Amino acid sequence: MLKINNLHVKLEEEDKQILKGVDLEVPAGKVHAIMGPNGSGKSTLSYVLSGRDGYEVTQGGATLGGEDLLDMEPEERAAAGLFLAFQYPVEIPGVGNMTFLRTALNAQRKARGEEEMSAADFLKLIREKAKTLKIDADMLKRPVNMGFSGGEKKRNEILQMALLEPKMCILDETDSGLDVDAMKLVSEGVNALRSEGRSFLVITHYQRLLDHIQPDVVHIMAAGRIVKTGGPDLALEVENNGYADILAEIA
Amino acid sequence: MGAVAQPKLDALAARVSGLAQPSGGKWATEARGAALARLEAMGLPGPRDEYWRFTRPQSLNAPDPEPASLFDHGGETPVFDAVDRLKIVFTDGVFDAEASDPLELTGVEIERLAEVAKADIHWARDVYGVLEERGQTPVERPFAALNTAFAGDGVVIRVTGKAARPINLIYRHENEISDAILHHVVKLEAGADLTLLENGPAAARFNKCIEVEVADGAAFHHVRTQGRDHERQAVTHLFARLGRESTFKSFTLTVNGRLTRNEAVVEFTGDDAVAHIAGAAMGDAAKCEFHHDDTVFVTHDAVNCESRQVFKKVLRNGAVGAFQGKILVKPGAQKTDGYQKSQSLLLDEDSTFLAKPELEIYADDVACSHGSTSGAIDEEGLFYLRSRGVPETEATDLLVLAFLADAIAEIEDEAIADDITGRLDAWLKRRRG
Repeated sequence: MLKINNLHVKLEEEDKQILKGVDLEVPAGKVHAIMGPNGSGKSTLSYVLSGRDGYEVTQGGATLGGEDLLDMEPEERAAAGLFLAFQYPVEIPGVGNMTFLRTALNAQRKARGEEEMSAADFLKLIREKAKTLKIDADMLKRPVNMGFSGGEKKRNEILQMALLEPKMCILDETDSGLDVDAMKLVSEGVNALRSEGRSFLVITHYQRLLDHIQPDVVHIMAAGRIVKTGGPDLALEVENNGYADILAEIA
Repeated sequence: MGAVAQPKLDALAARVSGLAQPSGGKWATEARGAALARLEAMGLPGPRDEYWRFTRPQSLNAPDPEPASLFDHGGETPVFDAVDRLKIVFTDGVFDAEASDPLELTGVEIERLAEVAKADIHWARDVYGVLEERGQTPVERPFAALNTAFAGDGVVIRVTGKAARPINLIYRHENEISDAILHHVVKLEAGADLTLLENGPAAARFNKCIEVEVADGAAFHHVRTQGRDHERQAVTHLFARLGRESTFKSFTLTVNGRLTRNEAVVEFTGDDAVAHIAGAAMGDAAKCEFHHDDTVFVTHDAVNCESRQVFKKVLRNGAVGAFQGKILVKPGAQKTDGYQKSQSLLLDEDSTFLAKPELEIYADDVACSHGSTSGAIDEEGLFYLRSRGVPETEATDLLVLAFLADAIAEIEDEAIADDITGRLDAWLKRRRG
């Protein structure tokens, strides 16, 4: 599904190399986790894959379902099936959440040559999806993420994911700012979306989230590269011993 | 008053050389004569006048208007068509009886200025040119005086109860070189209630003045859209005097227009009154210049009144927006709540926003604030929308509408507000292609 090949990325504005040769492949239907200390380049990887400005790819590449991802505009990546659940979901004053969700869904349908969804069908769909994530009518009416708590913002991200049904979901520190109950709710939302055709890349500092969203493969990232790959046990190892041992091992 | 600079007098002489004061009865002749005397004591604006630094008056001063081609609406339903209202149509500044509804409305007396001006005496005498004259101090407004002196047509409306329906003044533009002057008078008696709608470009060059007297406990709602003819020019004045516990709400939508100068001059004379003045402007100077100027002066001369100014401008491809807003709180106008917001969204580096917010306060127990900002589109929000599959141009338009939303929210009638938002959305969509 997602193939990252020797990806080198620097900041556009300054001469600072963030990613120094990332190799990673997430097959269809699999959940991969990336763990790593602060500053290892995890969030940069998610931003580069989703097409945020400010980064320059100096070497290597990434493909989604065989298509060159880095060549596409952010909206084209979304239409191709990529979804990034933001670490810090953006507040957009003046744009109603419902308008936002419907515009996004219809933009993707249009890009794929499908009919736009009618207002009535959309309303039915969104109500059903919102219910399982305990998102009430008020949250749907308010401007996008405005006045949402940390947990509400993350639930709103998962709602978007459920609505847009992407093929490749990247979760960037979705656990940050969540209490235990919220984490459970969000994880249940993600688990409900797991399917044969859908892959996940879960970026996190802590093993905690991986208790709820169980990964098939765990990668450790440090200093802009994947330094170790293993099974779910690797996450437990990090939890028990921290990153120091692993980093020492590969040094 | 010092001597008037010669170029200003020369400009005036040239401007009025082709104009004739309409003949009328005693009161109208006196009011027009007094206005001409006022005008001759100030001349036309010059580039050094304090309130004409952001907007060049030359094309408004010129004896003849620049031609303005007619806008093709492509079969779009006119704004306010869905509203059950009384239509009064002016074509290129001339009353169009055939296109208008009969001037009959429960709770309202409607007459043509051209008719009432013939009378020797009429109640309109107490308002016509009176509020305009009050509004000339401390800031001169020559085009308003010119309007009072030369306007021959317009409507004179007296509201005695709750108007059964809104009145819609429709300004059609059919002649590419028309130069229109219209003057309306609205008098709301105590406890009366009227919604006034205005739409259309009116002429190649349009000088319009409305004077609104809002008596105690009366409510005046005003929504206007200024027509999308790219090359049209307009200078408009809205003068209002507000009595005790009265309400005044005015919203203006401006999309396109080579030059627009909208002045609003509002005076609180009775306690506990509320005035909201709002405007949303959207300009793209790619094909034709766009210059939009909101000049607002609110005078608090009563206790516990609330004034609110909300002006938003979206500018692109070299469009220019200007805002000059003043809140004057006179001695004794305690518990004044004055608020002023003017913001622009600059969609590129070629566009300009000029702002001059002013507060002048002579009372000590007041809450007055102003905020003027000018900024680019929010990149974070734009990326967030795009990451969800919304193309860049559509995402930008969504943010443009969001930016204008709190000005549009000043329209009290939700159906009209939704209609205006819907039109903006459709226009933006058409622009995207």
